[in-house]
Amino acid sequence: MTPAASLTRLLKLVPARRHWLQSMAQGVLALAVLRAWPARAQGMVSGQLLSLPQMLEPLLQGRVAKPQGLRLELPVLVDNGSLVPVRVQVDSPMTEQDHITHIYLLSQRNPVTQMAVFHLGPWSGRAEVSARLRLAGSQLVVALARRSDGSFCYQSADALVTESACVDGS
Amino acid sequence: MGNARLLLPESMAPGDVVKARLLVEHPMHTGYLQDLQGRLVARNVILLLTCDYGGREVFRVEPSSGIAGNPLFEFFFRVQNPGELRVRWVDDRGLAGELLHPVTVQVPAGPSAGA
Amino acid sequence: MMHKWLRWCGVMMCWMCFAAPAIAQTRQLPQAQLKSGLAFAGADVRALQADEFGNPAQLWLARGAQRWREPQGAGGQSCQSCHGDAQQSMRGAATRYPSVDVKTGQLLNLEDRILQCRSQQQKGPELLRESDDLLALSLHVSRASHGMPLRVDISGPAQPHWQQGQRQFFERQGQLNLSCAQCHDQNHGRRLYTDALSQGQPNGYPVYRLEWQGVGSLERRLRSCFVGVRAEPLAWGALESRQLSLYLMWRGEGLPLEVPAVRK
Repeated sequence: MTPAASLTRLLKLVPARRHWLQSMAQGVLALAVLRAWPARAQGMVSGQLLSLPQMLEPLLQGRVAKPQGLRLELPVLVDNGSLVPVRVQVDSPMTEQDHITHIYLLSQRNPVTQMAVFHLGPWSGRAEVSARLRLAGSQLVVALARRSDGSFCYQSADALVTESACVDGS
Repeated sequence: MGNARLLLPESMAPGDVVKARLLVEHPMHTGYLQDLQGRLVARNVILLLTCDYGGREVFRVEPSSGIAGNPLFEFFFRVQNPGELRVRWVDDRGLAGELLHPVTVQVPAGPSAGA
Repeated sequence: MMHKWLRWCGVMMCWMCFAAPAIAQTRQLPQAQLKSGLAFAGADVRALQADEFGNPAQLWLARGAQRWREPQGAGGQSCQSCHGDAQQSMRGAATRYPSVDVKTGQLLNLEDRILQCRSQQQKGPELLRESDDLLALSLHVSRASHGMPLRVDISGPAQPHWQQGQRQFFERQGQLNLSCAQCHDQNHGRRLYTDALSQGQPNGYPVYRLEWQGVGSLERRLRSCFVGVRAEPLAWGALESRQLSLYLMWRGEGLPLEVPAVRK
């Protein structure tokens, strides 16, 4: 049977059955809208949300990260997820013996978890970096720093990324 | 290649730890978005950016699609002799960019000079 | 008695011919209440615009200054060859567009004017619409008018264009069946989901839009407005787009031009 013929046949259904189908369709649509609505109202939702261990473990590999000695500056309410200014400062004398070697910026929700890694050393003089991130929705952002002695410290901050009211497509 | 600009403090003395601000023109395409014709815009981000000074590397960053387009980076480095900052970067397409910026250092005048 | 009546009719007719059009031009949004989009923007956007070094549009401004000096014409002329330093010769220019071209009678926006100059006067290679090079030049030219009040001429040949622009502004359209006026005249300052509705002022163009991760023209922004109400966007180069821009510039008369502006 051709698709056209099947469609015609379907449309010629007994009125009661067609009515039932319509009600079902409306019901499914309503359900879909209901499920999507709170998410749209609260902020962008996309991708899975990783837990803190899931974000840190690939880098820590069994070691412990202390939630001290690192300051992560991130806006609480983000104008637009396309550009989020961030600053990370780590307490360190930045000497040959004691300095920060790496600063990682990790995303809880982005398709790519590691947003950037900075390599520093005693030549840096100061363990502080700034950048502009892309955040694919409201999420936790984590900064992780590695010291020259192999120890780690971290800090996390919550960012609320609001959905743009207008769809662009220009 | 693309434009870039770098900002250093107006006056720097040897031994100072100074802040460098770097703005690089690059779309940092994530690879997840479509263009106006509905075609997927291929991922193209800066993979590696380094800054050399005085014959050694003073800054290195490996960004990803999680860094905004036309990225801005701020970092610190210790100034010693007059010279040049050489910033280099390479993206997914293998295209490289370079920016040179002079480092002018005010050597403080004093009795020790030439003594 | 008859004379008095005739005189009264004459006065009324004069009033209707001259005053009535002026009445048609009364502003829904009084000039004292005009606010730039910056006033509705969040702290981060404002900080970006104020950042003289780190404003991403600075990259386009630098490109524009470069292109201005480059020999492109058939005879090797650059924009500079004829116009000298843009920051002097182009002062005020960006506040006056769109305007009617005296030679062709067409309504041109600033980008159109640069395109026309490139092809007719400079006789150089074609610049593509909405290309980075064209936008960079437009930014460079607009920079000369930074801080100057918008002031378009809507008299004479511009008048019918202004009227068309006004018609579009008040006309409902799209699947959402909204007019520009409904959001931007009547509801500015209130929120659409989480966005604060601005007055829709054109005093920051070409603009670095975070959404675009790049610089774009007012024409592009109007297209995205149309898409926002689920209407068919105006085609690139459409006369209606320029007419609407003309109306918007008149509506925002007096607002200082912000170059380079950042919006989300």
